[in-house]
This record gives sequence, C-alpha cells and structure tokens, in this order.
Amino acid sequence: MFAFDQVIAARLLTSLTLGFHIIFATMGVGIPLCISLAEFVGLWKKDVHYLLLARRWARGYVITVAVGVVTGTCIALQLVFLWPGFMQLAGKVIGLPLFLETFAFFFEAIFLGMYLYTWDRFQNPWLHWVLSVPIIIGAVGSACFITSVNAFMNTPQGFRLENGVITAIDPWQAMFNPAAPSKVAHVLSSAFLTVSFVLAAIAAYHLYRKKQHEYYQKALGFTMLLSLVFSVLNTVMGDWSGKFLAESQPEKLAAGEWHFHTGARAKLIVGGILHEDTLETEYALGIPLLLSILAKGTPDAKVIGLDQFPRELWPPLYVHYFFDLMVGLGAYLFVVSFLFVGLSFLQKRGKLTRFSRYNRPVLAAIMAGGPFAVLATECGWIFAEVGRQPWILRGVLRTGEAVTPAAYLPEMLVLFVLLYVFLAVLVTSVLVRLFRKTPPEVELEARKIIL
Amino acid sequence: MELHKIGIAIAWIFLYGYLIVASIDFGAGFFSFYGKLTKRDHIINAIIDRYLSPVWEVTNVFLIFFVYAVIGFFPDVAYMYGVALLVPGSVALLLIAIRGSFYAFANYGARKNTVYLFVYGVTGLFIPASLATLLTISEGGFISVDGQRVELLLHQLVRSPYAWVVVLLAIVSVLFISASFLTYYADRANDTEAREVLRRFALYNSLPTIFVSFLAFFTIRTHNPEHFERMLSMSWMFMASLACFLLALALIIQRKWYGTAFLFVMLQFAFAFFGYGRSHLPYLLYPYLTVESGVTSDAMGVALIAAFVGGILLLIPSLFLLMRLFVFSATYVQGRK
Ligand code: HDD
Ligand code: HEM
Ligand code: HEM
Repeated sequence: MFAFDQVIAARLLTSLTLGFHIIFATMGVGIPLCISLAEFVGLWKKDVHYLLLARRWARGYVITVAVGVVTGTCIALQLVFLWPGFMQLAGKVIGLPLFLETFAFFFEAIFLGMYLYTWDRFQNPWLHWVLSVPIIIGAVGSACFITSVNAFMNTPQGFRLENGVITAIDPWQAMFNPAAPSKVAHVLSSAFLTVSFVLAAIAAYHLYRKKQHEYYQKALGFTMLLSLVFSVLNTVMGDWSGKFLAESQPEKLAAGEWHFHTGARAKLIVGGILHEDTLETEYALGIPLLLSILAKGTPDAKVIGLDQFPRELWPPLYVHYFFDLMVGLGAYLFVVSFLFVGLSFLQKRGKLTRFSRYNRPVLAAIMAGGPFAVLATECGWIFAEVGRQPWILRGVLRTGEAVTPAAYLPEMLVLFVLLYVFLAVLVTSVLVRLFRKTPPEVELEARKIIL
Repeated sequence: MELHKIGIAIAWIFLYGYLIVASIDFGAGFFSFYGKLTKRDHIINAIIDRYLSPVWEVTNVFLIFFVYAVIGFFPDVAYMYGVALLVPGSVALLLIAIRGSFYAFANYGARKNTVYLFVYGVTGLFIPASLATLLTISEGGFISVDGQRVELLLHQLVRSPYAWVVVLLAIVSVLFISASFLTYYADRANDTEAREVLRRFALYNSLPTIFVSFLAFFTIRTHNPEHFERMLSMSWMFMASLACFLLALALIIQRKWYGTAFLFVMLQFAFAFFGYGRSHLPYLLYPYLTVESGVTSDAMGVALIAAFVGGILLLIPSLFLLMRLFVFSATYVQGRK
C-alpha cells in the first residue's frame, strides 16, 4: 500500500464533491434562463410547444436542484471539516460573499417554489413568467458570490498578514478582487453554454430516435441558437480569463501552456508529451506567435514563463491537457452549433434543401455535444483549481498547511464516494423514468392541443 | 450593542428559524411513515404532501444560513468545531444528503414506496438528534484542546446522560411542533379526518416534550453547573415558555383556534431556545471559546450586518408572498388549485 496521506485524502474528497456539485450547480445557473426564455417565446408567439418545453424543463430542473442542494450542503460543510484552517482565515476576510450567497439561494428557493406550483393559477399568464425573473437573479447571484470567493483564493486581497495575525481587513475589497470579474463572466457564460447544449442534446436524441414531431424540431432549433450565441460569448470570456492570467497569475497560464521561457513572440503549444527533466516537448503542435496574441493581444508582447518562479512553486504541469481539452471542446461546440444554425438559416430561405438539417450525423454530433460541454466545464475547473497549487490561497497559505489534523479522513472519503455513486444512479433513473412515463406527445394530447 | 451580541443574535435567529421549519418537515416525514405502518396514510398524507412540496427547499437554506452566519461572525469556531466534528458531522451530512435526494425521488410519485417512506421517516428523527448533539458538545467536556490538536471525546459523549436527554428532547420536540402545525394546516383545509389524527399526534407528544425539558434542565445541572446557574437567573424565560405551552395545549384539547395554538407553540420554543442561548453566553464552546474572543473584525461585522439587513428586506416580502400563495391560501390548501 502506498502512503495515503491526509492532504491527498482531503483533496480527493474536496475535488470529488466539487466536481459532482459543479454539474448540478451549472445546471442550476443555466436552466432557469432557458426556461424563462422558452416561456417568453411561447407567450409571445402564443405557441404551446414552447410553453410545454418550459414546463418539461422545469420539471427536470426540480430534480437537478434537489441534487444541487444536497451536494452544495455537502461542500459547504466539508470545507469546514476538511480545511478548517482555510475556513477560519476565509471567514475573517471573505465571509461576506459566502453569507450573501445564502440570501441568493433563499431568494431563488422561494420563487422556485412559487413558479413550479402556479402554472395555471394566474389569469394573466405573464404573471407566471414574471416569477421566473427572480429565479434567474437568485441563480446568477449565487454563482457570482461563490465565484468571487474562488477568485479570492487566486488573488487574495483586502487584508494584511503580520506575524500570522490578520489585520486591516476590508471585506468589500476582498470580494471585488482582481480575479473576480473575468472569472464570474466566464463561469456564467460557460454555464449558459453547457445548459443550452445539454438541452439541445436531449432534443437531438429524440429526433435521432425518429420522433419527427414539430415539438422536438422547435426545441432543437431554439437550443441550438442559444448554444451558438453562448459559445461565441463564452469564447470571448475565456479569452478574457486568459488575458487576466497573463497579467495577474502568470504561473497558472504558463503551466497550462507549457511556456517555460519568458519572452516575446511566444509560441502556443497544443497537446504533446513533456519530458519533465529536460522540459522538452514532443509531438506537440506549435503555433508561432499565437500565445503572445492570446495573452496580450499583440505578437510582440512578452509572456512570462515558468522560469520566473522557483520550481517548488510550479503548478502541476499536467494541467496543460485540461486546458487544451477545454478549449478544444469549446471549439467543437462552436462548430456544431454554427453548422446547425447556418443550415437552418439557409433552409428557411429555400437553399440546400436536399440536405436535411435533421440528418443523423448532425444529430449525433449534437448529442455528443451535451456530455462534451459538461466535460469542458469539469476540465475548466480542474485547470483553474489544480493550476493554483501549491497554494490554497495564492501567496498566503499552502494547501498542505490548511488541511485538518483529524483522524478517519480516508474512511469519510469512502463514505462519500458511496453517497455520490448512489446519487448518480438515483438521479439518472429518476430523470429517465420521469420523462419516459409522460412523453410530450401524450402531454400535448392531454392538453387538447391539435397536432 | 456590541458586534458579538448582534452576531450571535443573527446566528441564533437563523437556528431558531431552522428549528421551526425543519421540525415541521422532519416530523411530517415521520408521520408519513407511521401513517403508512398504521394504515392511516390515505388520511394524512395528502395534507403533508401539499404543504411540503412547495417549501422543502427553503428549509435547507436555513441550515446553510446558520453555518455561514457563524463562520462569518465567529470564524474561530470554524477551526475548533471543524476539526472536532469531522466524523459525526460527516455522518449527519450523509443523512441530510440522503433525505434531500429523496425529494427528487418523491417528485415522480414515489411517496407511496415503503422503503422511501422508511428512509424519509427515520432520517427525520436521526437528523435532529445529531444536530442537537452539536449543542451538547458546545457545553464542554466532550472536546479536548491541546494547542492546535482538537479531539472529540466520543466515549464520553455516548456515556453522558445529558447527551441522551438532549437527543430525546430533540425528537419529541420535533414531533410536537410538526403535529401542532399540521393539525392547523389540516384544519384550514377543512379535512376533519386528517385533523383528528394529527391532533392526536400532537397530544401524544405534548406531555413528553415538557417532561423531557425538565429532565434536560436537571441533567445540565450536573453536567455544567455554571450554565445551570445562568439559566436560573433568567428563569422567567423558561416560565414564559411553560405558560405558552399550557395555553397551546389548552387550545388543542378544546379543538379551538389551531392557528393561535401553533403560534403559542412557536413562542414556547422561542422562549426556551433564546433562554437557553442567552444563558449559554458568553461561551461558544465551553470553556475554550467565547463570543468576545471569537468575534470577527469590525469591518467584516459591519459588512455582514449590512448584508443581513439588505437580505431581510428582500426576503420578508418574498416569504410573505410564498405564504400567501400556499400556506394561507384557502383554495390551495383545500386542494382546489
Ligand atoms: C463549457 C465550458 C467551457 C468552455 C467551452 C471553455 N471554458 Fe474556460 N473555463 C470554464 C469553462 C469553459 C469554467 C468551468 O467556467 C472555468 C473554470 C474556472 C473558471 O473560472 O472558469 C474555466 C476556466 C478558464 C481559465 C482559467 C481562469 C482562472 O483560473 O482564473 C481560462 C484561461 C479559460 N477558461 C479560457 C478558456 C478559453 C480561451 C476557451 C476557448 C474556447 C475556454 N476557456 C472554453
Ligand atoms: C462556481 C461554482 C458554483 C456555482 C456556480 C454554484 C451554484 C449553485 C447552485 C445553482 C446551487 C443550487 C441551489 C439552488 O438552486 O437553490 C448550489 C447549491 C449550493 N451550493 Fe453551489 N455553486 C458553486 C460552488 C459551490 C461551492 C464551492 C460551495 C461551498 C462553499 C457551494 C455551496 C452551495 C450550497 C451550500 C448549496 C445548497 C444551497 C441550499 O441549501 O439551497 N457551491 N450552488
Ligand atoms: C464549483 C466549482 C469548483 C470546482 C469544480 C472545483 C474543483 C476543485 C478541484 C478539482 C480541486 C482539487 C485540486 C487538486 O487536488 O489539486 C479543488 C480544490 C479546492 N477548491 Fe475548488 N473548485 C470549485 C470552486 C471552488 C470554490 C468556489 C472554492 C471556495 C469556496 C473552492 C475551494 C477549494 C478548496 C478549499 C480546495 C482544496 C485545496 C486545494 O487543493 O487547493 N473551490 N477544487
């Protein structure tokens, strides 16, 4: 048996819970917007298909929220149990957004309850739509606050540390730390992108199964359009995040890009294998000048490399793969949604009609895009979190110093692995059964909608 | 008022909020299961489901609220409790997680499933028991602190009569609060049959609640005499609690004004809970941590209070709307909409 030390167990458990939570958190941030937009279109165009879409998404949403709340409660308490030293310090400096986050949850929870149980209760259906707005505000708000905490871990400020004593605390400065704007923007845009692609993948799946109902076609057209918009937006935000790193957290970017030597006209390295002792790369695709352009906007700009940092402060170099995968998947999502939206645009104008946009390869590509988007989110977080190592609070507190000294950590890890396996099985089976039991065709009939 | 007093008051208000809403939820879970066992589920479960469906998520938020309020105002608590509670805390978390996930399950009609009802009912009793143990631990004697080394003395905990009395108290209180609320709710719904069953549940749990409260009072005397002295010095709060209990009981027995009766139950617990909390001061963890020594900086305190005021101004109208739509809307409660 290898030595299973405390820090590894704590990190594994943290990443497991967060990695699991983030799937549902992402859904929780993005789905309300999609529901609200669909209901809006439905009311606007008086189109029952969109209204049914909103209803069915909302029903699925309840289930993802339940798991989001459960895993969120886990992570909130686990941060206290596993990283008590960090939470003690964090509580002193960054407690404000954590506290605010709960208000956002509360706000969202209250209106979600109202929204779900009042579909047919108002004379004026627009009143029901109005209830979706506070849900979006709550969901986006909680994402902003928690991401600001995470940004603080990357660029801590708003306090001074003198001989281990924290003074001059300014919670507002800590909350509005330099990493927050780009990070919040990218987290939000990626959540919207992920959700619209997952919803598109579901519609594509039904069309793939030869269910040619108009309902699915509208669902696919709508979600693909959203995906295209968000994938453009997300690429811009991702680029902003990269530029931010180049400026304020250069070691993370350098580790992600395997950029070892500070210099101008830097080459972008894609993929490849690294020999850690010689720092030579093999089989990598090198694109001249691109790193300088991405990091600073001009090919002549100097990009800081890892040579500026002592080796023991380098982040693990495997984050390179996670970065590349995230960007690669982002490109895939863009291409697929662009293709589909472009095709629909042309076909509505009577061009290219021989080639159905609902043909099987296109649908299959969209279906793959759903899981790919979730994968991209996971890769993004792993890059962002592992890329901060060895720090838990960059420049202030090392991860190893913040871990709990308590016993029985590995046992707790096993316990929670079992819990997440159980939750994963439960959620999938519940969602599948829920939607199998009442297919949209049946619901449309029941609502006396003429097909 | 000083910062540490405001801070602990805010945290305690959240915990009280959790106590009430979560008790209703936990007790409802147990009654659902018990109703199934005694074949009365067709009478009471419709009422329980109708109330719980729209508000369950709000319940959980109260707990998170409390945790973040404590960490925000008293960050040092995070360290001591964080280290000491890894194992029991994780177990409680597991129970909460399992219970929460079953709401997803319930959503497609699994409420009739016996295994589901069993888990739902049993966690409804275990969770309050384990959370109440947290208060027991805060009385001191169960945590050893040696510099940075903090350890929970589990053997002492399971052998302490005080700890068991508190667990018992938590369980009967949950059942009493829940039953008296649901009686009121069933009454609003004009569901006489359900109301009678639930009213009987409330009565069964009423005297045990008071009896165990007295027990707790006397066991704390041996466990933490200092705390007991402080409790005596504010004994009027506990008297007021008893008076509210008697009023509530009288109303329920006479089948009158169930809403007012429930209000008195809330007051009963408010007096007892805030009396307990006040007499617990100045300690957050006896004898290591006090509110004065553990309180956060002024700058953070002011920011948190500002956030709290802003948040409350936002939440009160929203909660009011929620209540109007579901709890106090006769058409909704009666199931016509
Ligand atoms: C659908 C998901 C998704 C996609 C397609 C992309 N990203 Fe991303 N990325 C995220 C989802 C994400 C994320 C999950 O939202 C992260 C993790 C932490 C964070 O702040 O956002 C992230 C982090 C992240 C970071 C690190 C930020 C930090 O640590 O402060 C950078 C530099 C980029 N991204 C850049 C990009 C670029 C240039 C993309 C080009 C297409 C891209 N991302 C696509
Ligand atoms: C940037 C990443 C994160 C995002 C976008 C996010 C967002 C969300 C969302 C949307 C929910 C569902 C709650 C609801 O719909 O009401 C949720 C639940 C929750 N999250 Fe996360 N979260 C993130 C990371 C975290 C982290 C790191 C923590 C711990 C500090 C956390 C704590 C919680 C808690 C406590 C809940 C449950 C709230 C409740 O009881 O209602 N989240 N989160
Ligand atoms: C919600 C999205 C997030 C995800 C998916 C995520 C993911 C991860 C991962 C994969 C690790 C492990 C890093 C490693 O083992 O090298 C980690 C570490 C950690 N993260 Fe995040 N993280 C998220 C947001 C946050 C936020 C908002 C906070 C703060 C409130 C946070 C606090 C931590 C802590 C304390 C650790 C452990 C210490 C460390 O390894 O640095 N994370 N997270």
